[in-house]
Amino acid sequence: MSHAHAEGNAIESLERTTLEGKNKILGFWVFLGAEVVIFGTLFAAHIGLRNEVNFSVSGADIFSLPIVAIMTALLLTSSMTSVMAIQAMHRHDTKGIAVWLAITVLLALGFLCLEIYEFYHYVHEYGFNIQESPFSTTFYVLVGCHGVHVAVGIIWISLLIGQLFKKGLTVVTAPKIYVASLYWHFIDVVWVFIFTVVYLMGKVG
Amino acid sequence: MLVNRWVKRLVPFMAMMMLFLTGCNFELAGALEPKGPVAEKQLEMILLSLGIMGVVLLVVFVLFFWAIARFRRKPGQNEIPEQIEGNHKLEATWTIIPIVLLLIIAIPTVALTFDLEEEAQATEGDGTLVIKVAAKQFWWEFNYPEDGIVTAQEVYIPVGEKVVFELAATDVQHSFWVPELGGKKDTNVGTKNINHLYLEADYPGIYKGKCAELCGAGHALMDFKVHALEQADYDAWKADMLEPAAVTAETELGAELFGTNCISCHAIEPNGLSWGPNLNGFADRDFIGGFRVNNTENLVGWIKDPTSKDYGKPGVTMPGFEGVLSDDEINEIVKYLQSLN
Amino acid sequence: MAHAHAHAHTKRYSGFMDWITTVDHKKIGILYLVAGGFFFLVAGLEAILIRLQLAYPMNGFLDAQSFNELVTMHGTTMLFLAALPILFGFFNYIIPLQIGARDVAFPFLNSLGFWTFFFGGVLLNLGFFTGNVPDSGWTAYPPLSTEFSPGQGMDFYSIGLQLAGIGTLVGGINFIVTIVNMRAPGMTMMRMPLFTWTAFITSILIVFAFSAFAVGLLMMTFDRLFGGNFFDPSTGGNVVLWQHIFWLFGHPEVYILILPAFGIISEIIPTFSRKRLFGYTSMVFATALIGFLGFMVWAHHMFTVGMGAVANTLFAIATMLIAVPTGIKIFNWIFTMWKGQITFNTANLFAVGFIPSFTIGGVTGVMLAVAAADYQYQDTYFVVAHFHYVIVGGTVHGIFAAFFYWFPKMFGKKLNEVLGKLTFWLFLIGFNLTFFIQHWLGLIGMPRRVYTYLDGQTGWNEMNYISTVGAIAMGVATIILLINVIITVRKPKDAPDDVWEDGRTLEWAVSSPPPEYNFKQTPLVRGLDGWWLEKRAGKTAMTPAEPVGPIHMPNGSILPLIMSIGLFIAGLGIMYHQTLVAIGGFGILVVCMILRSLIDDPGYHIEPEQLEGKGVKA
Repeated sequence: MSHAHAEGNAIESLERTTLEGKNKILGFWVFLGAEVVIFGTLFAAHIGLRNEVNFSVSGADIFSLPIVAIMTALLLTSSMTSVMAIQAMHRHDTKGIAVWLAITVLLALGFLCLEIYEFYHYVHEYGFNIQESPFSTTFYVLVGCHGVHVAVGIIWISLLIGQLFKKGLTVVTAPKIYVASLYWHFIDVVWVFIFTVVYLMGKVG
Repeated sequence: MLVNRWVKRLVPFMAMMMLFLTGCNFELAGALEPKGPVAEKQLEMILLSLGIMGVVLLVVFVLFFWAIARFRRKPGQNEIPEQIEGNHKLEATWTIIPIVLLLIIAIPTVALTFDLEEEAQATEGDGTLVIKVAAKQFWWEFNYPEDGIVTAQEVYIPVGEKVVFELAATDVQHSFWVPELGGKKDTNVGTKNINHLYLEADYPGIYKGKCAELCGAGHALMDFKVHALEQADYDAWKADMLEPAAVTAETELGAELFGTNCISCHAIEPNGLSWGPNLNGFADRDFIGGFRVNNTENLVGWIKDPTSKDYGKPGVTMPGFEGVLSDDEINEIVKYLQSLN
Repeated sequence: MAHAHAHAHTKRYSGFMDWITTVDHKKIGILYLVAGGFFFLVAGLEAILIRLQLAYPMNGFLDAQSFNELVTMHGTTMLFLAALPILFGFFNYIIPLQIGARDVAFPFLNSLGFWTFFFGGVLLNLGFFTGNVPDSGWTAYPPLSTEFSPGQGMDFYSIGLQLAGIGTLVGGINFIVTIVNMRAPGMTMMRMPLFTWTAFITSILIVFAFSAFAVGLLMMTFDRLFGGNFFDPSTGGNVVLWQHIFWLFGHPEVYILILPAFGIISEIIPTFSRKRLFGYTSMVFATALIGFLGFMVWAHHMFTVGMGAVANTLFAIATMLIAVPTGIKIFNWIFTMWKGQITFNTANLFAVGFIPSFTIGGVTGVMLAVAAADYQYQDTYFVVAHFHYVIVGGTVHGIFAAFFYWFPKMFGKKLNEVLGKLTFWLFLIGFNLTFFIQHWLGLIGMPRRVYTYLDGQTGWNEMNYISTVGAIAMGVATIILLINVIITVRKPKDAPDDVWEDGRTLEWAVSSPPPEYNFKQTPLVRGLDGWWLEKRAGKTAMTPAEPVGPIHMPNGSILPLIMSIGLFIAGLGIMYHQTLVAIGGFGILVVCMILRSLIDDPGYHIEPEQLEGKGVKA
């Protein structure tokens, strides 16, 4: 294993000072490439099957755009707060990181709760469950997959906040935080596509 | 010594050549014995691409065998050979020539692919014979909607006429293939993916058809036959199918038993669609289940147990009647079936 | 610089515990080779059973259902559990050595990748013990693989492969980062050995292709277990959607299998011709082009689905295009040997034998690309012949060549040459006997995946029989190889560093086997074939790029094993609709991930005094 040489601008970007840090960041970008393919495939399936409603309800019938709009606002804001956290990290402001990450998690929790409520609403109001039609299956799998990613992100970032308090901001914890924020931005971008392709285009029919 | 060394090299080489040549002893059949224009044009493409690729193979093999024979390290040879980085002229050559060769193959490929597609777009409106094919586990239903005929396993077409098969499957994916008449097309499940396949027979004859997509236990034996008849004979066949055989005193009991036990799955009217194969004209079929010779012994065996190793086909969903009907009853049904011509 | 760790000086584990907790790329490489080798034998046995059934018409050796299961498992096991893991074994062992690194970028993930593959493979094969074996072909087309396969068979497939696929994906990411970030000073990308290049491109293909397959498997799992409608035509789903997703993965998959073999013989042929690789630059670009084009041709597996002439011709032409960079490689290998001094040991026999064998497979590939002619070939033995020529004539030859070539580096002794040559000739003859004749069988009308054929069809009986004889010959050749390994294991370690004397790349500059830390000092690379260059300049060792110092080594961890077991349990829970079991399994995974994240393991150091003559204890 290599040694922790200080390279680059060690004052600001702690996350890139070590080889391990650089590896983690590059590795995560590659992983995001895989995630692009994963969501891309799910989107392709959705676009192909969204009109097959099996004599049941369509997106236009059931989508509640107000809820979705609030969810979007929450998630987009949480992406912004994660940027603030990274800026705090580059200022070596440990408390600032923790505060902004905590707000990110809260906003994300809000998103997730609304999404769970949304699904509950569709199932109980319209009987719109996963077995209903190809449309319902691709909807729940695509949007649900995103939701699972959000849940994982919430747990992950919460644990990072804990680690931040225990170990402080170091060359070991900095890459973790950086990579988590990359993940969070990705999740946000995917949501923008979901909002557009699934909800907006679905509502318009 | 020298002879020894060459013997050691030639023997494995000859052994391999013998193996390669073992493929060349056998009769032509299937795609190599086209009996219609589609298969013929496809064979032309096969031979063209084989020929061009054969040239490539020859060049590669000659260079290869020369290299491994000529440049072996000799004992005592220790000086390092010249380390050659590359040769732009050579590399350009073996980039450009393959591109040219591929063009020679690509152009007729595009032409024939579009040509076949266009031919398959013909409809009844143009006067083309369109036969609806429904592929099922593990048999084939053929429906002539214009003529009001439904049959199974053996499809009849006129010689020298264009035929378009409209392909669909009702359960799993199958694929409709008559190698002597032309390449295959899949029978897809679902109304959105119906395919059309153009085929034509130049000569009268019986052509073997096979299912070409793994569809379950009975896939290997999901055979069917294409009977190509001269126009007059074809018209006679149609007329024959539209006049089902009358029940006689001989076959009365069999007909009755058939009515009680079989008709819920097997239609016998000329245009009857049923869960199992339509049995109108069954006596004239050469095969039971597409591949068992149509004789009394096999028919009795099939009815008793259609999945048996000796008389049946694996995966068939028809129930067996051994123990349900007596041997006599089964014989009566067989007599009745053998009267359906 | 934060040194938040204590300076431990000894490894935590040894013996059996060392092997199941190891994060060392060399040990993990050997684990992959052993597990992959085991599955290779299983899949080979399945092949022999298949051929035994097909030796006679209407044979009763296997019934239709068992045959369909064996055909499915043979393909699935060979591709996912044998070929790729064995290649990963070589990637793992050799790449860090070739780039002058001490390990891969993520040693912990490396271990996780192995164990998830292993347990995925176990899950896939569990059906043999419960009587529910996957049976819809390795391509698993719905509706056959969904509504028409009730029972757990295809669940073992969709969930077993999902689990194994995680390992492959993780491995792919690992190799990409390793190759990009951890090359020794002086080793620019264009000075990397070709094996490393092909591993790099292969890893990129893996990352994109296996992700698509993961989604396809997820969709199949939903359709099979949770009432999903992706592929259910009765509610409006589309069966062809599966085919597109599958082949979007499936075609790059075959390039994932062949590119490493290209890399292997691009190492072996120059070594045993004592000449540098002819046209290194075009070899690199050809590899990249093949990788890229490999994503553009998937629908040539679907020419008969009815996509229309426009789609068919576009894919036909794209497929033909791939022949161009592939052909370039063939000529480059031949011209590497040209005016060289060729030694024919077993490794080189397999590498050189690759060339004509793979070329035959390649030209039938071009024939298959002719869409209109493919209507005759599709789903027949012609296709079976083609892909076995490229996979067996290509990948398997590459694997055998690599095995003989790098075995002494890994284990310190060469395999027996007499037995090796016997293996080669018997295998070559058997392989050609089995598959050449299948081209003919396909053309005269024999479809694929048929458990039997009717008697009385001219030539079918004899051709199938000959094909079976060839399979037996291959089986015997493999047994001889096994015997070779067994008798070599007992021999003492006597291999020098530069086992073949003419080694060109960095792995031949360290001991056989290498010490745990690979390089006492990271080497300085001065050009392509860095080790060869140093030798030609009169050196006997690589010029170091750093002073001697303490070397930091990571500790092993039991967590990857436990995480994989957790996922295995979760998979079973999902399959059998046992929610608590599934939650329990995922819970184990999550707890391990949390432990891994929270507990910082500082590893241990090897001090300079300890650095003389340390080898990997097998």
